[in-house]
Amino acid sequence: MNIYEEDILDHYENPSNYGTLECPDISYEEDNPLCGDQIRMDLKVEDGIITDLRFSGHGCTISQAAASMLTEEIKGRRLDDVKKLSKDDILEMLGIPLGPVRLKCGLLALKVLKAGAYGLKGWPGDDDEETE
Amino acid sequence: MCAQPMNDLLNTCDVETIRNDFSILKQENDLPLIYLDSAATSQTPDCVIEAMEAYYRTYNSNIHRGIYRISEEATAKYEEARQRIGRFINARRSSQIIFTRNTTESINLVAYSWGSENLREGDEILVTVMEHHSNLLPWQLLSQRTGAKLRFIEITDEGVLQLDNLEELLTERTKIVAMTHVSNVLGTINPIQELTAAAHAVGAKVLIDGAQSVPHFDVDVQELDCDFLAFSGHKMCGPTGIGVLYGKSDLLEEMSPFLGGGSMIRAVQRESSTYADVPAKFEAGTPAIAEAIGLAAAVDYLDRVGLEAIFVHEQELLEYAHQKLVEIEGITIYGPKPRQKTGAITFNLEGIHPHDLAGVLDTVGVAVRAGHHCAQPLMQKFGIIATVRASFYLYNKLEEIDTLHEGLLKAQRMLTRRRR
Repeated sequence: MNIYEEDILDHYENPSNYGTLECPDISYEEDNPLCGDQIRMDLKVEDGIITDLRFSGHGCTISQAAASMLTEEIKGRRLDDVKKLSKDDILEMLGIPLGPVRLKCGLLALKVLKAGAYGLKGWPGDDDEETE
Repeated sequence: MCAQPMNDLLNTCDVETIRNDFSILKQENDLPLIYLDSAATSQTPDCVIEAMEAYYRTYNSNIHRGIYRISEEATAKYEEARQRIGRFINARRSSQIIFTRNTTESINLVAYSWGSENLREGDEILVTVMEHHSNLLPWQLLSQRTGAKLRFIEITDEGVLQLDNLEELLTERTKIVAMTHVSNVLGTINPIQELTAAAHAVGAKVLIDGAQSVPHFDVDVQELDCDFLAFSGHKMCGPTGIGVLYGKSDLLEEMSPFLGGGSMIRAVQRESSTYADVPAKFEAGTPAIAEAIGLAAAVDYLDRVGLEAIFVHEQELLEYAHQKLVEIEGITIYGPKPRQKTGAITFNLEGIHPHDLAGVLDTVGVAVRAGHHCAQPLMQKFGIIATVRASFYLYNKLEEIDTLHEGLLKAQRMLTRRRR
């Protein structure tokens, strides 16, 4: 499967929820030092519900499309739900398999979101795997 | 087996005969493999794989220990490999060839063993802005350990070393100059011989990072007069896991060991030990035996093809690549023109992330490197985060550059439409 599916290119060219918020309750920004991709997430949270959010930044198609898709997915949902989102959820949204390098591009937005909301600093799905 | 008499084969442009020696280039997936990432790691000819296979199939045993036939054979082959590689870079003695894991380990060995004993606060280490992180981090760490100061030779916008202020940078405070022979990003060939002479004139030692030069043209350590030369097997048709440190004998002899363990000792008591002579002093533990033998086979192969022929062939590829790529609208090519460089062309297309360029190129079967190439200070100098690098070696064909060109146009069609 081609990683440059129309759907991904559409999100890259016309991203949803692109920009910044005036007075966000949560604002967090991070970059992927490997490729310089950068994403900032601004969130409005009322009664535990994400009422509005924007992302901004720059990077490759995968990082930007994943950010756009993620914002669509979580707008209106409970902030707690974000914690449960995994690597596989992002891959499902993108609908394509990613190699180890591009996986980081795909996961950057979720990483930023989790770090901003819960101070979780690691890469989603990057836990040391049990060898047994 | 690899084709036997191959002298000047490349001069007659018989790349197909050479490609025949590389099984990996013959594989049939959806698309033929167009491998333009040899600066990261080169492909391995079948004769190298066979040499390593022969070790494992017929005389696999530890070296310098066993009093039996196959161990003696393995020891002889391992030591022959040392001699063979010594001849390849024209070292005076084979004991000047120390086997390591790679260039990185070779440089770390010098920074620890030589650097820790010879540098102190007030001293200076001179490097260049175009170093691979492997020839920067060991010196940063050394600088933190000793208080010695790290100084940099800058580069021009054309990607060559800026040497007009060399007298100010290179002084009697300079204890070592560590510089790359060829930039892994730009392909720039640095004037190493002149810089080595200038360094020696102020009493500084010189370490050359030869990872990108030894595979591509004749490097003669006696002619260069460098004190240390580091390079990797896997960028010169050899296997991964084997690298080389060449050093001048007097320096190697006075240096302390880097790693302690088996093989590097003369006699061991409870509290202290005496060490083996060079090179064993620097080869603690069971080394990469098969890989050393493989590297010797790789060096044989490169000599059969001829380094001069390889250099000429790469120049042809570079000239053609420049000619084709410069036509593309919005392209920025970094670094000097062919003839002043070797092996690689590094570029960006306006408005397209290097990862996406590499991703689209992959869809047409072209393998290139995208990223900072382990040279972040160089990227910072150009005010960029990443580039795409296409790098060439003896097995690449002109037609492959046509596919690279087409792939870049495809990326442009796909990705520069109506972006915000």
